[in-house]
Amino acid sequence: MEQLVAAILTMVAGVLVCAAYFWGTNLILDRIFPSKGKFGAVASRNLRIANSIRPWLFLAPALLALTLYLVYPVAQSVWLSLHDRGGQNFVGISNYQWMVNDGEFRQSIFNNFLWLLVVPALSTFFGLIIAALTDRIWWGNIAKTLIFMPMAISFVGAAVIWKFIYDYRAAGTEQIGLLNAIVVAFGGEPQAWITLPFWNNFFLMAILVWIQTGFAMVILSAALRGIPEETIEAAVIDGANGWQIFFKIMVPQIWGTIAVVWTTITILVLKVFDIVLAMTNGQWQSQVLANLMFDWMFRGGGDFGRGASIAVVIMVLVIPIMIWNIRNAAKEAGGR
Amino acid sequence: MTGLLLKDIRKSYGAVDVIHGINLDIKQGEFVVFVGPSGCGKSTLLRMIAGLEEITGGDMFIDGERVNDVPPSKRGIAMVFQSYALYPHMTVYDNMAFGMRIARESKEEIDRRVRAAAEMLQLTQYLDRLPKALSGGQRQRVAIGRAICRNPKVFLFDEPLSNLDAALRVATRIEIAKLSERMSDTTMIYVTHDQVEAMTLADRIVVLSAGHIEQVGAPLELYERPANLFVARFIGSPAMNVIPATITAAGAQTTVTLVRGKSVTLDIPTEASENGRKASFGVRPEDLEVTESEDFLFEGTVSIVEALGEVTLLYIEGLVEGEPIIAKMPGIPRVGRGDKVRFTADKAKLHLFDAEGRSYRA
Repeated sequence: MEQLVAAILTMVAGVLVCAAYFWGTNLILDRIFPSKGKFGAVASRNLRIANSIRPWLFLAPALLALTLYLVYPVAQSVWLSLHDRGGQNFVGISNYQWMVNDGEFRQSIFNNFLWLLVVPALSTFFGLIIAALTDRIWWGNIAKTLIFMPMAISFVGAAVIWKFIYDYRAAGTEQIGLLNAIVVAFGGEPQAWITLPFWNNFFLMAILVWIQTGFAMVILSAALRGIPEETIEAAVIDGANGWQIFFKIMVPQIWGTIAVVWTTITILVLKVFDIVLAMTNGQWQSQVLANLMFDWMFRGGGDFGRGASIAVVIMVLVIPIMIWNIRNAAKEAGGR
Repeated sequence: MTGLLLKDIRKSYGAVDVIHGINLDIKQGEFVVFVGPSGCGKSTLLRMIAGLEEITGGDMFIDGERVNDVPPSKRGIAMVFQSYALYPHMTVYDNMAFGMRIARESKEEIDRRVRAAAEMLQLTQYLDRLPKALSGGQRQRVAIGRAICRNPKVFLFDEPLSNLDAALRVATRIEIAKLSERMSDTTMIYVTHDQVEAMTLADRIVVLSAGHIEQVGAPLELYERPANLFVARFIGSPAMNVIPATITAAGAQTTVTLVRGKSVTLDIPTEASENGRKASFGVRPEDLEVTESEDFLFEGTVSIVEALGEVTLLYIEGLVEGEPIIAKMPGIPRVGRGDKVRFTADKAKLHLFDAEGRSYRA
C-alpha cells in the first residue's frame, strides 16, 4: 500500500515537474525576449530569436536523457572493452583477440546466426499466412486475439510455460511434458529435448517464434487490408487463382511492410537473452551472444573488459539492420 | 448474334433488393451507357456482368452462352476501373501482360499484343515504367490497354474518367470514342453519372433509378422524348422545368391550366377520361424564349442572372413556390435582375406527364 502511494505520488510529481519545466522555460524565454509591448524591429527581432530557441527548450529533456542513457553507456562500453577485467588497465584490442579464438564465443556466433536465419523467417511467414487466412473467416478475429496473446507474456514467462512442454521424465514414468507425452503416446522414447546439442537451439527458437508470430500477424494484417480491393478484382478478371493473387498481387504490394517486420524481429533475435537464460543458460551448446555477455560481465567475479567487448560486437551487428529498418519504415510511410 | 442479354436480372444483399429485374438486350458492337444517380445500382449491375458480384436471380447471356456461373476470366469480358486498379509493383508492360501470362500464352503472342495495345494508346515509350511514374491520364490508358490485351467480347468501364481532371477527362473521353470505333465488333458497357459522357459516347443510354430501368434509348431520343419525369429531369442540364398543372380539355390537343392560372394548349393527344386530372407540365430551360406578345407561356420576375458568356441562365421566381424556373438564353440578353419577363416556347418542345410521372407522348 505504501509502495502504491509512493508510485502514484512519483507519477503525479513527474508529470507536474514536466509541465512546470515547459511552462517555466517558455515563460522565462518570453521575458528575456519580449515581443508584446515592443514596436517594429525590436518586436520582430525578439520574436525571431525566441522562435529559434523555443524548439530546443522542448528537445532539451529528451536530448539529455538520450545522452545520459544511450550515448554515455555506448562510449563507456567501448572504453571498457579496451581495458582489463577491472576496467583499470588499458589492454588495447586483446579482449577482441581473445574473443576470436574463444570456442564458446564462436559457438554463440554460430547459434545466433541460426536464430537469425530461422526465427524472423518463420515468424514472418506464419504471421503472413495467418493474417491472410483469418481475414476471410468469421472467427478470424478470435483466432487473431489468441495468436497475439503470447506477445503480452514476458520472455521469461514464456520460457517457463515452454519448460513444461519440453519437460522430461525417465522412460516408464508418467510424462508431464506435452511433447514427451505425445511422443510416448505414439510409442516413442521420451527425450530430454533441451539437452540435445544443436537441435535444442530449434526448440528454444520455437518459443520466440510462438511469441513473435502475433506481432508479425498484426502488422501484416493491417498491411493486407491496405491493399486496394480493385487490384485484386482486376487480377480475378485476369484469371488469376487464389495462390497467384496472393503471391503475385498481394505479397508484392506489402513487400515493404514484410521487410520492416522481418528486420524488426531480426534485431530482437540478435539481442535474444531471456529465453536462453531461463531454459538452458547456454548449456548443451545453446549459448548465444547476449547470454555470453551476461556471463562474462556479472558471473564468476565479472570481467568487464570481455563482457563489454561482446556487447560492442552485438551493437555493431545490430546497427546496420537498424539503419536499414528505419530507412525502410520511413520510405513506407513517405511513399503513400 | 447478341452481345449481351439480361433476363430479369436481380440482386439482393440478404433481405435488401438492390436490382429489381433488369431486362436488356445489347447487340454486338454496341456502346451502351448506364447512367443514374448514385446508389441506383448501375455499378452493381456492371459488376454482375463482370462476375465480381453474384447474380441473385435471372439469366445472363454473353454471346449466346449463359454465364451466371462462369468465372469472370472465362466470360470474355475486360474491365476498366475508376481507380485504374493497376498492379503497382509491375511495369506497364507486365501490367498488360499479366492476364496473358496467367493464361500461359506464348511469349511472342504476349509481346505482339502488348506492343499493339501500347501502340494504339501511345504508351510504347512508357512500357518499362511503374504506374507511380505515370500521370493519371496515362494510368487510365494503361488500364484500358490491359483490358484490350484480353481481347474481350464485352468491354466494361466503371466510371473511368471520374478520377481525372476536367481537361484530361475530355481528352480521354474522345480517346474512348475512337477506341470504340476501332474495335467495332466489341460490345462496350460504360457506367457513369456524367450525362455529357453518356450523351457523347453512347449508341444507347440506359437510365437507371433505384434498381429499375427508367428508359432505354438513343441519347437524343431520351433528350427529346423522355418517357417519364425522372428521365426528363435527369437528362439535360440545367434540369427540365416542371410546373404543376391540371388538364382542363383533353382531346387531340390538350389544354392544361398551370398553377398560376395561365392556360396552355399542347399538341399532345389525351383520352377524354384524363379531363380534370393533375399533371406535370415540362419545358427545358434552353427551349424558353423571351416574348413581348400576349401569347406567352408564363410570366415571372428574374431573381438571379448567371451570365456565362455563351449562355445566360435566368432564375425566375413567382410560379412555383421555392423552385425557380430556369431559362437558358443564348448569348447575353438585355434582361436584368428584378425585370418582369414573359416566356414562350415552341409547341413541339413542350412535355406533359401524368400524375405518376409518365409522359403523355406515346
